[in-house]
Amino acid sequence: MTAQATSLGTVRRLPRTLALRLGVPVVAVVLWQLAARAHGSVFFPTPARIVEHGYHLWFSGPAGRAFLTDAAVCDLLPSLGRVLAGFALAAVLGIVLGLALGRSRTVYALCDPVLQFARAVPPPALVPVFVVVFDLGTPMQLASIVFGAIWPVLINTAEGVRGIDPLRLDVAATVRMRPAERIVLLYLPAALPRIFAGLRLSLSLSLILMVFSELLPGTADGIGFQLTDAQTRSDLLTVWAVMVLLGTLGHLFNSVLLTVERMALGRHRAAHRS
Amino acid sequence: MSPATARRKRTGRARDALLGAVGALVAFAACEALSRSGMVRRAYLPPASEVLVRAVELGGDTAFLNGVGATLEAWATGLALACALAIPLGLLLGSVPAAGQAARVLIEFLRPVPSVALIPLVSLLLGAGSETTIALVTYACVWPVLFNTVYGLGETDPQAKDTLRAFGFGRLAVLLRAGLPSAAPFIAAGVRIAAATALILAVAGEILAGFGEGLGTFIAQAGMATDGTRDVLAGVVWAGALGLVVNLALTAVERRLFPWAPEHRGSRI
Repeated sequence: MTAQATSLGTVRRLPRTLALRLGVPVVAVVLWQLAARAHGSVFFPTPARIVEHGYHLWFSGPAGRAFLTDAAVCDLLPSLGRVLAGFALAAVLGIVLGLALGRSRTVYALCDPVLQFARAVPPPALVPVFVVVFDLGTPMQLASIVFGAIWPVLINTAEGVRGIDPLRLDVAATVRMRPAERIVLLYLPAALPRIFAGLRLSLSLSLILMVFSELLPGTADGIGFQLTDAQTRSDLLTVWAVMVLLGTLGHLFNSVLLTVERMALGRHRAAHRS
Repeated sequence: MSPATARRKRTGRARDALLGAVGALVAFAACEALSRSGMVRRAYLPPASEVLVRAVELGGDTAFLNGVGATLEAWATGLALACALAIPLGLLLGSVPAAGQAARVLIEFLRPVPSVALIPLVSLLLGAGSETTIALVTYACVWPVLFNTVYGLGETDPQAKDTLRAFGFGRLAVLLRAGLPSAAPFIAAGVRIAAATALILAVAGEILAGFGEGLGTFIAQAGMATDGTRDVLAGVVWAGALGLVVNLALTAVERRLFPWAPEHRGSRI
């Protein structure tokens, strides 16, 4: 099939794709609204009420503060800060350590069992330890997120570096590449697809651990705190609004990461073709 | 593979295993020394040997083992429920393109909801008990299995499908004879990933519930006690060992059932 024919086909299918992408969510929300209204249960409020409640809760503030309310400033911003900082730290540490471990077969073999064990530990199990060490608060939450989210990036980076074509290593040795050059020109590009696969896993783990560490009794702020607070007051509208917000955030983060991945890997692939 | 290469590979593996054992010992000794030297407070990091002794001791404690059993039960039930839901649904979505495309949009919006965020709602609905944990585990496990099923069906050899269709086989027969065998390794990989997630959720649910029985409950209660870090870490050792055993077992099953799957050519997630 020629390129022209493919693009023509895509153009012809565009209205259908658009209809599915936009139409399906709309139909689903309308069905949800109708079902919730017909059922009239306290546990399942209608989506319209959930959205309205969320809007009043977080986005009806003064224009000078980008319409954020006090509740949004108190609860959303600290959580966002924690999850982004935790994810960034886990990503940077994971890539750096993964590069360091993956380059030598001996070092990798030394660390492998310890790494496998650390990765097998369900991260929430260690949160009580972090509570003892750091007390409740942001350092504890950051430590939990970093410790939980680092393993997929670290192991994937190391595996990516290990899987590098030996021929390329020989070439690098022949042209006397300096270590820094090797990392930028050789190891990172070769490991990039796997690094991104690890980052995607880490991102959803970061979000889970952020919420988990804020759900613990004794936390004072954050989205998770708002969730437990609403639960104790049996305020189901807020519980639902928080879940919708978290889903939207997760979707947003994931889309951003996918875009970055597409850009980075696209350039990488283009460089390898030429 | 020539005998010489095979031998070199075997000795290489033996060397790696030996190095791994050395690495584990070094890490153990480092934790022990760090704690004994007094650089870190003992309440923060008890000596590794004490933690290990306590972990072994717990292995003889019936109440603790019952708790581990309860956790494993919730884990297995949730995982089985997720498979029973996700595999048929995945086969449907993967073989009917319009349904697949329509569902993809909904899945993209449902999947990022962090599963622990459901804990308050589910515990309001179901109360605090094993049902809550099972529901959470199921929710979290459906996604990896569903995704891998749909993705695996997409990898079916179109020629095999066409051939079967030419012989006059119906849609279902084509799905069962060509689609399912090619999707099976992917489904198995999805189940393995889901199994790890399920353990995270089972322990997390129990820690937050704070009562009942289970590994997470043990860890949560030890965390509240003064100087309970040793018990918490002993529980963590158990949790890590369980995770490791589950992962190794599932990898071994996968390797035996689907030796041709590309994933086993020296890579892992």
